[in-house]
Amino acid sequence: MVGQRNWNRRMAAFVFLLPAVLGLIAFQLLPMASSVVVSFSDWDLLSKWTDIHFIGWSNYAEVFTNEKSYMSIKNVFIFLIGYMPVITVLGIFLAVLLNRNIRGMKLYRAAVFIPVITSWVAVSIIWRWLLNGQSGVVNYLLSLAGIQGPIWLQSEHWAMVAIIFVSIWKDIGFVSIILLAGLQDISDDYYEAANLDGASAWSQLWRITVPLLSPTLFFIVTISLINSFQVFDQVLIMTNGGPAGSTSTIVEQVYRNAFQYNKMGFAAAQSWVLFGIIFLVTIGMQRLQRRWVVYER
Amino acid sequence: MKGRTMAAIRKGLTHLILLAVSVMLVFPFVWMVSGAFKDSLEVVKMPPQLLPSHFRFENFVQIGEFFPLYRFLLNSVGIAVVTTALQLIVCAMAAYVFAKIAFRGRQGVFMLFLATMMIPAQVTLVPLFILFSHMHLLNTYAGLILPGIFSAYGTFLLRQNMMTIPNELLEAAFMDGATYYRVFWSVMLPLVKPVLAALSIFAFMSSWNSFLWPLISTNSKELMTLPLGLSMLQGKWSTDWNLLMAGNVISFVPIFTVYLFAQRYFIKGMTMTGIK
Repeated sequence: MVGQRNWNRRMAAFVFLLPAVLGLIAFQLLPMASSVVVSFSDWDLLSKWTDIHFIGWSNYAEVFTNEKSYMSIKNVFIFLIGYMPVITVLGIFLAVLLNRNIRGMKLYRAAVFIPVITSWVAVSIIWRWLLNGQSGVVNYLLSLAGIQGPIWLQSEHWAMVAIIFVSIWKDIGFVSIILLAGLQDISDDYYEAANLDGASAWSQLWRITVPLLSPTLFFIVTISLINSFQVFDQVLIMTNGGPAGSTSTIVEQVYRNAFQYNKMGFAAAQSWVLFGIIFLVTIGMQRLQRRWVVYER
Repeated sequence: MKGRTMAAIRKGLTHLILLAVSVMLVFPFVWMVSGAFKDSLEVVKMPPQLLPSHFRFENFVQIGEFFPLYRFLLNSVGIAVVTTALQLIVCAMAAYVFAKIAFRGRQGVFMLFLATMMIPAQVTLVPLFILFSHMHLLNTYAGLILPGIFSAYGTFLLRQNMMTIPNELLEAAFMDGATYYRVFWSVMLPLVKPVLAALSIFAFMSSWNSFLWPLISTNSKELMTLPLGLSMLQGKWSTDWNLLMAGNVISFVPIFTVYLFAQRYFIKGMTMTGIK
């Protein structure tokens, strides 16, 4: 009887786990293992598997020495520096406003979220038009203010600024809604006590809201970091990495090397460097977390 | 008295800022819809006018003639629905085992699942492409759907939720002679419905909006999804904004409609899962 039950349990575990484990092996573990192998070769997709030729670490060295590749890494950090602080600060302010109890709040919350649900491809095409030099609304509005706008996406100077701006525009709803959920977890008692003490709204923001929100903030910062390193869709549609590589990103380079130049080995090495960067930054964040994240006891 | 004036000012200011932010976030979509109905001259006219002087529905016919956008629409719907359904089933099944069916080595397998959550999808992109080309899965619906149905994150999320279901409840069901399969369908799944709803919204949206994998795994027009179709469209008509916007509208309306009806779940899903 007990034996039968044990057998049933094992059988059930096997059957229920089978699809997920098969998927894990076929679409994660196997590809990862072969990605490691390919990254040490100069395989070009066209030659046979059996003719694979290993070249040691040179793909990895090239990730940092190849000008385009190096530039894409640099660009990703530029993106990060422009994107992260702005979206975090704007996200906090927007979340605080969205947390107020006023009429029509549902509508505001709904509106803020629309860019989040739209595909990057659609968003990028819309913004290509808005930012267009001749028929774009952005430059038209600037001209009303007497400013001659640049040709955003064709300018080496401004293309990255535009990509960062549009990315913030698309993600701000996500960031503020997550932060809003964090805000709603903070008990009103703190604010009531602060009000009794006569603390200003500003000092309440910095002394109550931000510290108690820090676990959510930490989460948002980590997620935005990881997403920043993986920027691709908007770049491919809006600028195709240009002009002169000024908006090319690591994933865009992986895509180009693998599927346009058939440099599979190099692309695989680039993707592992990407993983390495994400891994190190995540670990670093975890370390820093102890310094500034306050967990309520 | 002074306090009340301050409160009124504060309220007014909140409205003002939120209104400004909302306009900034929504205006591009209004502009998209208006542009989709303009003719090719009006769409580039300066100064721009907010509404088309007459609504040109022909734009939606015209893009259909050159590009099977409506086919892409069907593809997107079908692929997103199938991917979502399969992902929920596969994740829930595995989560059930990780939460409630102990066996030796389970912890190890679970750790392996968690570890893969760290790996960005780009790392497996190249070999996955090679694998799929060997399996003749490129340019097939199966090839578009398969990579999307395994989600370590979804499994993890469901498992965490299933852990909170008391064992007594399962034991009672087993006492009544229920099998593991019956318990899964009739006890576990109903109890994790909110998580399933959240996860399904996310799975649907990420399939609907996914671009990179369809981009590399298909080049046949019969199989393209909307994001891919739109990117092809802009390759062909890079500055025919009215046609491009018409294409955008076709891809925007379905997900927007789902959002309007299930807005609560979208927001809940994202705050619960932290994914977009």
